[in-house]
Amino acid sequence: MNTNLSQLKIGQRAVINSFTDKKMALKLLEMGCTPGEVVKLDRIAPLGDPIAITVSGYLLSLRKAEASTVLVSLLA
Amino acid sequence: MLVEANQSFVNFSDKTTIKVALVGNPNSGKSTLFNALTGLNQKTGNFPGVTVDKKSGFAKLNSTEYGVRGTEKSSQLPPPDSRLPANTITSEFIDLPGTYSLYPKSLDERVAFEVLCNPDNKDHPDVTIIVADASNLKRSLFLVSQIIDLKIPVILALNMMDLVEKEGIIIDAARLSEKLGVKVVRVSARSKEGIEELKQALLQPLSVPQYNFIDVKKIAPDLVEKISSIIKVNSDFAAFHTISNFPEINYFDKEPEKKERIEALLNASSVDINKLQSQETVERYRVINRIAEECVTRKTAIKTESFTNKSDRILTHSVWGYVIFLSVLFFIFQAIFFLAAYPMEWIESSFIFFSDWAMKALPPGELSSLLINGILAGLSGIVVFVPQIALLFTFIAILEDTGYMARVSFIMDKLMRKFGLNGRSVIPLVSGIACAIPAIMSARTMSSWKERVITIMVTPLMSCSARLPVYTLLISLVVPDNKTFVFFNYQGLVLMSLYLVGFIAAMVAAFIMQKVLKSRERSYFIMELPVYRSPQWRTVGLTIFDKVKSFLLDAGKIILAISVILWFLSSHGPGSRFEAIEKKYENPQIINNYTAEERQSKISSEQLEASYAGMLGKTIEPAIAPLGFDWKIGIALVTSFAAREVFVGTMATMYSSTGNEENTQPLREKMLAEINPSTGLPQFTIAVGFSLMIFYAFAMQCMSTLAVVFRETKHWKWPLIQFVYMSCLAYLASFMVYQVLK
Repeated sequence: MNTNLSQLKIGQRAVINSFTDKKMALKLLEMGCTPGEVVKLDRIAPLGDPIAITVSGYLLSLRKAEASTVLVSLLA
Repeated sequence: MLVEANQSFVNFSDKTTIKVALVGNPNSGKSTLFNALTGLNQKTGNFPGVTVDKKSGFAKLNSTEYGVRGTEKSSQLPPPDSRLPANTITSEFIDLPGTYSLYPKSLDERVAFEVLCNPDNKDHPDVTIIVADASNLKRSLFLVSQIIDLKIPVILALNMMDLVEKEGIIIDAARLSEKLGVKVVRVSARSKEGIEELKQALLQPLSVPQYNFIDVKKIAPDLVEKISSIIKVNSDFAAFHTISNFPEINYFDKEPEKKERIEALLNASSVDINKLQSQETVERYRVINRIAEECVTRKTAIKTESFTNKSDRILTHSVWGYVIFLSVLFFIFQAIFFLAAYPMEWIESSFIFFSDWAMKALPPGELSSLLINGILAGLSGIVVFVPQIALLFTFIAILEDTGYMARVSFIMDKLMRKFGLNGRSVIPLVSGIACAIPAIMSARTMSSWKERVITIMVTPLMSCSARLPVYTLLISLVVPDNKTFVFFNYQGLVLMSLYLVGFIAAMVAAFIMQKVLKSRERSYFIMELPVYRSPQWRTVGLTIFDKVKSFLLDAGKIILAISVILWFLSSHGPGSRFEAIEKKYENPQIINNYTAEERQSKISSEQLEASYAGMLGKTIEPAIAPLGFDWKIGIALVTSFAAREVFVGTMATMYSSTGNEENTQPLREKMLAEINPSTGLPQFTIAVGFSLMIFYAFAMQCMSTLAVVFRETKHWKWPLIQFVYMSCLAYLASFMVYQVLK
């Protein structure tokens, strides 16, 4: 199922497909969020934003607005 | 430098000094390695981007210490020449800000980018040591791959291997070295393993990577060719990088002709540089994934919940997260107020002791007065803050080093964002309750320039500890002690409200500045949450030493200068006014009426009125009259500019009281008895008291803070704006309070 990274529920895993914001994409790409990479939503901050994901073995925090520019496919 | 015929090796053994740059991701242990290599002070932390300023240190690399030079086994290397004289090479290590890539996106990344990419930069290194966090290998290799393609001599320091091996992951360092074509040294910066090997590696001939990690010509074939004809580059990637980052590069400003040609080239090709960058990144990670597959083996999948995960469950919990954060804050402030109180008292009493001694030992005169009332008083005003600064930074360094600070930012970001701030602004704001000086210094951890400047600009509105003596005195004057509201003491409530008012003002000011300040930078919260680790006491110690030193030296100079100026203004007056006052009190009738002590305090009080400072107070009286202040308060406002707590001391001199800051009782009584000559009623009414408290809550009356703001922003504009906006705010707020309560 295709969605964006901000829609994941805690514990859900997804594969990164593409980005909708070119500038944001650069920042995320250099942090290892490349297309094909599997990410997992680990934590949502108490006020609902930002979120923390696991990507290539480490914990990355990003805002929901930033995560919504990442298009992903949910993994079962 | 000895460059071999095939251009692929560099040898530094005939140089006396070499420049070594340390680069790496934030949290890769780069600063810890820097400390281990040089022993010089350098702050390290778990907080991304903690090193904003350039730090450098020196170390001697003695080639004889390691026996025969050139023990490298690889057959590719030239034969070791053992006949070379054993010499000592000094290497200068430059600790570059932590960066994830060579793209200059934030200000600190720009520093790393400029130093490495611009061969004309004065810090451009002979060798670059890339510190890679083995537990984040792929992300580290991204930066490695970019630097390899710049074709500069590189050593890869593979850090935190112990951490990786604990997780059952094995990295084949030899194979990695072979695949990357660069020397790989295993180090543990924390336990100082591999440091000697790393130093030795610097002495041996280094291969310069001759292959391209990725072929950028495939991404932008024509452009790379064309740009190479305009500027001299030694790699395709340098040419490509110049194109893809052109808007960010400012070292062509000196060569407008080249700049124009590149601009024309870019316009003609209508290439999307964002796309070039993302293609480059994707391609690099593709190669990196392949290399990682060959060099990394996962022994067993140990699936126990990690310590970090367990801790985060509690520390970022929707209730416990905030409870713990508030408890930590509460603990820190209690500690700062109570633990620092003792050393502060010792410092003050030793200064008093020393002044008393100097007063007796030195002959009376100008020079002694300058030494005692100018320099010694100024010095004590600086040194007395050292315990608070040291304590605050101990706690902050521990919180950063363990990785907790990143979590605080994580849970606070959404709240702070509404006010133009960032999750990372929380720490400076909170520290501001102790003292704005270390608080402003701690804002260095913020990567967005705009958010950092806003944080720096509003932090002094948080009520600092120097306002406390002022508040205490004024509250005791105008707020009844015996009344309670429900079961809260009125005095305590007023004090709490003053802190609250400061916080609200800071938030409102941030909100307004967010609208006013223009910045091309976007605000990001893309931030690594590092794994929890125990703090390193050595690093914490070095941090405290560094902060205290920079406070004493940099801010201290300015406080001292202002103290000397204030001393001059308050102890000198035009013409022979001072002598006239002294003569007046030599009248035998007066001598009989007063004790010697009373007479002396009357003289100093009248002399203060006649002094330049007194004249200044009289001059500004019309301006401050609408706030309910007379010329005496005016003098206190002027002298408070050196530091707010000077208010109490100045008032004490003004009312020729024998009380000091610790015991304000006699001063309080004299202030209570003060009659306003125009109304015939007490001078310190509720209106005047509150107006004055509000003035102290908002006004920028701290020279040291302005000095630190200048040092941190590197421009006089910011302290100036800060001074003006806070003073205007203080004036308006005081005016309103006085006019309403009058």
